[in-house]
Amino acid sequence: MGLDIRWPIGLMFLVVGLLMLVAGFTVPQEQLQRSLNININLIWGVGLLIFGGLMTFFAWLGSRKNGSNPPA
Amino acid sequence: MHDINLGAIDYAILLVYVAAVLGIGFALRRYMKSSRDFLITGRTIPTWVTGLAFISANLGALELVGMAASGAKYGIATSHFYWVGAIPAMVFLAVFMMPFYYGSKARSVPEYLKMRFDERVRALNSISFAVMTLLASGISMNALAKLLNQLLGWNYNVSLWICSVVVMVYVLKGGLTSAIYTEVLQFFMIVLGFAPVVYLGLKDVGGWGKMTESLQQVAANPAALNLGTNATYNANAWTSAWEPLLAGPEKNPMGVDWFAMVFGLGFVLSFGYWCTNFLVVQRAMAAKNMTAARNTPLVAAVPKMLFPALVIVPGMIAVALMSNPQKGYRIPPPPLDQSVYVKAEAAVKSAAGQPAEAAFQQVAQVVGKKMDPAKVAALVKEHAAQPLAMPVFKQRLDDAITEYDYDGVIISLVKRYCPTGLLGLALTALLASFMSGMAGNVTAFNTVWTYDLYQAYIAKDKSDDHYLWMGRAVTVVGVLLSIGTAYFARLYNNAMDVIQLVFGFVNAPLFATFLLGMFWARATGTGAFLGLLGGTATSALFHALTIAKNNTPGLKGGYLGVLHTFPSEMAQNFWLATFAFTACFVLTLVISLLTKRTKTDEELKGLVYSLTPKIKDEEQPFYMRPAVIGVVLLAACVVLNIIFK
Repeated sequence: MGLDIRWPIGLMFLVVGLLMLVAGFTVPQEQLQRSLNININLIWGVGLLIFGGLMTFFAWLGSRKNGSNPPA
Repeated sequence: MHDINLGAIDYAILLVYVAAVLGIGFALRRYMKSSRDFLITGRTIPTWVTGLAFISANLGALELVGMAASGAKYGIATSHFYWVGAIPAMVFLAVFMMPFYYGSKARSVPEYLKMRFDERVRALNSISFAVMTLLASGISMNALAKLLNQLLGWNYNVSLWICSVVVMVYVLKGGLTSAIYTEVLQFFMIVLGFAPVVYLGLKDVGGWGKMTESLQQVAANPAALNLGTNATYNANAWTSAWEPLLAGPEKNPMGVDWFAMVFGLGFVLSFGYWCTNFLVVQRAMAAKNMTAARNTPLVAAVPKMLFPALVIVPGMIAVALMSNPQKGYRIPPPPLDQSVYVKAEAAVKSAAGQPAEAAFQQVAQVVGKKMDPAKVAALVKEHAAQPLAMPVFKQRLDDAITEYDYDGVIISLVKRYCPTGLLGLALTALLASFMSGMAGNVTAFNTVWTYDLYQAYIAKDKSDDHYLWMGRAVTVVGVLLSIGTAYFARLYNNAMDVIQLVFGFVNAPLFATFLLGMFWARATGTGAFLGLLGGTATSALFHALTIAKNNTPGLKGGYLGVLHTFPSEMAQNFWLATFAFTACFVLTLVISLLTKRTKTDEELKGLVYSLTPKIKDEEQPFYMRPAVIGVVLLAACVVLNIIFK
């Protein structure tokens, strides 16, 4: 089918990763007691950005090989 | 349990996810030209996608919630549902059975049965499958909406309808293809959403080593945490998968013997599910070619093998946390109705001044659960001295209940560890699992309805446009019926238990029919049909004549008399499956020999092992051959079993 699933997965996790980063900078310290005083949002946000970035990169590689375009 | 507030970022994450799955549906809309596109995909999907969809369709919310619950109840032995009860069957499906499903060009599992046997077998299988799929979907929707309501304070109706409508829209737009694509996205969402929660939980209990130490202390005296009264478990009951099992049913919390585990679960139930259930097999049938179809369950087996870390460990964490009073954690108690709280409040008030024993009896009777006498006494005393506000009172009363609602484990851990941000991600993961399971049910149902029931028996020679229309219409009907079932399940819990029981009866013998059908050309339609009916009757009879320890005759079995008492319900289930399978196998065998063959060797080509030319895997590089990958996976599985023995 004409849709490379790596595009939506990659883009979604890029956005979610960004949102987690925002949370990493804005969530007050006392809430972080829940996550054992680890700023899990910041760490995991970076992780999700890397994952989303890789997916998008491979989708882009694939689209160059097959000449198909990303979804509009 | 008090409610938890979601921040704007949590909602934003949820919305981004919903936008992504709907976007996939809309992007695929223009490819849906025929009923085949819609119901069985154009069979052009790459292996890694069908493989992850295969496992994601199986990873519904109940799997996630239920496996964490079992992790708390039984510890690491729950991994038997993966390393014994899934991987071998998935490898068998890939290596031996996919060639017939994919090669026969059947559009569904029931259609394969029609080609191999006859219309009767197909009708029996497709009707029971269609009904079961819908009801199972509704039951799981009800369970999740209820949990979200109890533990997060979300509105039952809102969660139920919003999730269902999202699933309905993307399936309507993109058919099976969009279900499969979104399942891949959901797979990553579930894994990446829960992994940090498990990490934080493990860190909190002091790491794996500390956790196993705590669990060994729990096993030494399970009664201290009210985890059953049987205090004779092995010390490693929660931390070893095999040793407590081999020690006998009274030494492990599952109450199961090794034979029932290996044969009943590992062979009969597991092969019956993974190798014949159209819900999962459909994903493999959508692959782009035979090799891709066969490799689909193998790709799926890799995450399946590792899932215990994600779904069972949380349950173990919960028990370990509970064993340390400083952590201030308990597995949530069974939820009470608002009216019960009101009555309990009155009972507590009037219990003041009564002798301790009578006061306790009075409160416990109103609540209807097992309670801790000391905590009840303290509550009565405090409430008499200074009446507690209702929210505080509720919390204290909940705390005094010594029963557990194990299904609440996952959400209670999410609440404990997730600050805004991660909270949104983890809850999105939970909803993603809910949607992937539901979409799996809906797409399997609409295919079986349209091709195996509607086209086969109701409207034979219509145009393809008509069947495409029917596929869409029944998607809506299927979702609405699931929602209806969810409400029904909410009202009549007992009726649902009976229905699930009956499904168990129907499913247990199924694999015998497929095994004989695929590997014995002499098996006849009459043999298969009567064998299936006989197998189902055997399970019903078995259930009526046996019971598990501590159960009273009735819904739980033994209503025609008790010939045997099993140490646990799980043991009863596994043995029931074993008997049903054997009965179906023997009946099909004998009746086939007594009846005439109706299909010639030529007709059975491609449907039966001995009459089908062997697939030449030699053209594939060796690491792509299903048999090679299968052996590697099985070896890895053995290693895991040994590590956690």
